[in-house]
Amino acid sequence: MTQQTATAAFSAGASQSSALQRFVWNFTDTLIVMRRNLYAYQRQPELLVFATIQPVIFLLLFTYVFGGAISFSTGGDYIGFLLPGIIIQTILFASANTTVGLSVDLSKGIIDRFRSLPMSRAAVLAGRTSADTLRGAFTVLIMIVAGTAIGFRFEDLGSGLIGLLLAVAFGYAVTWISATIGLFVKDPEAAQVAGFIWLFPLTFASSIFVPTQTMTADWLRAFAENQPVSVVANTVRDLMTGTVNPDEIVISLLWIAGIVAIFLPMAVWRYARVASR
Amino acid sequence: MSNNHAIIAEDVYKHFGEIKALDGVSIQGEAGKVLGLLGPNGAGKTTLVRILTTLLKPDSGTIRVGGLNVLRQKRHVREIIGLAGQYAAVDEVLTGRENLVMVGRLYHLSRGDAMRRADELLRQFALSDAGDRLVKTYSGGMRRRLDLAASIVARPRILFLDEPTTGLDARARIAMWDTIRTLVSGGTTLLLTTQYLEEADELADKIVVIDHGKVIAEGTSDELKANLASDFIDITLHDPDHTAKAAEALATISVDAPQADKARGHVVIDVENGAQSIAEVVRALDSQDIHIDTLNMRRPSLNDVFLSITGEEIVEEEIKPQRRGFGRRRSA
Ligand SMILES: Nc1ncnc2c1ncn2[C@@H]1O[C@H](COP(=O)(O)OP(=O)(O)OP(=O)(O)O)[C@@H](O)[C@H]1O
Ligand SMILES: [Mg+2]
Repeated sequence: MTQQTATAAFSAGASQSSALQRFVWNFTDTLIVMRRNLYAYQRQPELLVFATIQPVIFLLLFTYVFGGAISFSTGGDYIGFLLPGIIIQTILFASANTTVGLSVDLSKGIIDRFRSLPMSRAAVLAGRTSADTLRGAFTVLIMIVAGTAIGFRFEDLGSGLIGLLLAVAFGYAVTWISATIGLFVKDPEAAQVAGFIWLFPLTFASSIFVPTQTMTADWLRAFAENQPVSVVANTVRDLMTGTVNPDEIVISLLWIAGIVAIFLPMAVWRYARVASR
Repeated sequence: MSNNHAIIAEDVYKHFGEIKALDGVSIQGEAGKVLGLLGPNGAGKTTLVRILTTLLKPDSGTIRVGGLNVLRQKRHVREIIGLAGQYAAVDEVLTGRENLVMVGRLYHLSRGDAMRRADELLRQFALSDAGDRLVKTYSGGMRRRLDLAASIVARPRILFLDEPTTGLDARARIAMWDTIRTLVSGGTTLLLTTQYLEEADELADKIVVIDHGKVIAEGTSDELKANLASDFIDITLHDPDHTAKAAEALATISVDAPQADKARGHVVIDVENGAQSIAEVVRALDSQDIHIDTLNMRRPSLNDVFLSITGEEIVEEEIKPQRRGFGRRRSA
């Protein structure tokens, strides 16, 4: 009898959480999980240090080692060419942390706790991808500082900022690919490899470090010119060097939207099924 | 009638490839009572708990928790249950307090409420001092306690604890039992899995024994013991070499064949009336010049129950190598 009353009282309570309320919870849950992930980064300062030193080293190496050779084909200003590219590369590799982060969470069992809570299902993933995006944005900031130190200047601050936003948005889209991979791989050690390996061809067979015209094999050049990393890198490069090309921006945005549209649902679908152990 | 059952599983099957983790299990847990799920490694306890708590989908079967359909009303089920799984599901990168606040927030308590509740739980589980330390630095026992605390943040009506005391030392185990008893005295329905017969005996109102994915017995601990209407006498011999001889000498006194452990010089017999038989045992062994180190009479334990149902000792099951590397808690 008392049991029945309790059940009735409970179900009333449950149905009171309206659709609107649940919609809002999607966001608050995401913020809570995002904060948790940011805490984790904040508490491993060595991780942040290396995550920022590495792209800075890349920037310096490429500028001074290849700069002379490559500036012939870029018409002189290699830092103006390279920095936007390296920013995209940094963002891509920051996004790959999502794979590792998720697989670590899966192996630690905290995901089991999340899954047993009445929280939004997507929030665990969105909290992870948004934290990693912020981390990527932070390293972009460092890159700009380092780039400025060795001679980079925005042609136009407004379009430059739009370019950076576009780069970060692209990074966000890529975190959803990384999340999907992480949910398939599960094992943290395997994730270390799986999270990054697919990025190498996309990064190097692109316009990030060298102009695609310099690639001799036709098939390679065709791939490099049309794959999303190049498309976005070119757009960001144009914006950062003061050229606004609306068509380019639209195509980049379409790529970003397309990636999210495919991989976000895929990750959420996979998350619902993944037996974490 | 079925309203009184807070936990109902009917004919649940779950196979992992060849492995029949659950092979037609049915259990019923009464509201406000403690249901003990007892079984050796690989019996299917965790699989059943994961299914009951929405974490795993069964191949087939009906599951209701708190009157809700677990397969269809996952989110509502999650609002009324608490789970402390076999592996402590705590966040190592946060402090103990942050863990509890985060869980509270994800149950959609307000910030203030979540913080107050975290405080309260840290105190209740004797973690106040360690509350602001990273969980990474916690001992296994502290993690378990934090995990249990996290599972009751939202004061769930129905609580699932998967081997809550595995890996704890004797003192911590008894403290955990006290905590659990306090929890259920407040009217919480509890499903508890354990490999420890003593634990089921201590805590559970009703015990379901499962093995190889099947229920092999159920009832109160007394009901289970009633099948063995006899006393047991444990004898340890001074000289293990005499074990076989002693077993032979005691065969006429024992109801079933005596169990002999030659390595340890251990003989166990079961008798109708322990008090009367002790004298006979002593005489029988004395006449053969076999010296006794210790001699104990005891009522049947759940281990004996298990033995009588399956013909296998639970302790031996525990030592068996893991099936496909599953089941054992990582040593913390
Ligand atoms: N995800 C899985 N994939 C394959 N086999 C599994 C999986 N989960 C469980 N099993 C198998 O199912 C059986 C039951 O496992 P389960 O974890 O439910 O046992 P248990 O009673 O909890 O054991 P323990 O006391 O060791 O925790 C075991 O043989 C186990 O190897
Ligand atoms: Mg188990």
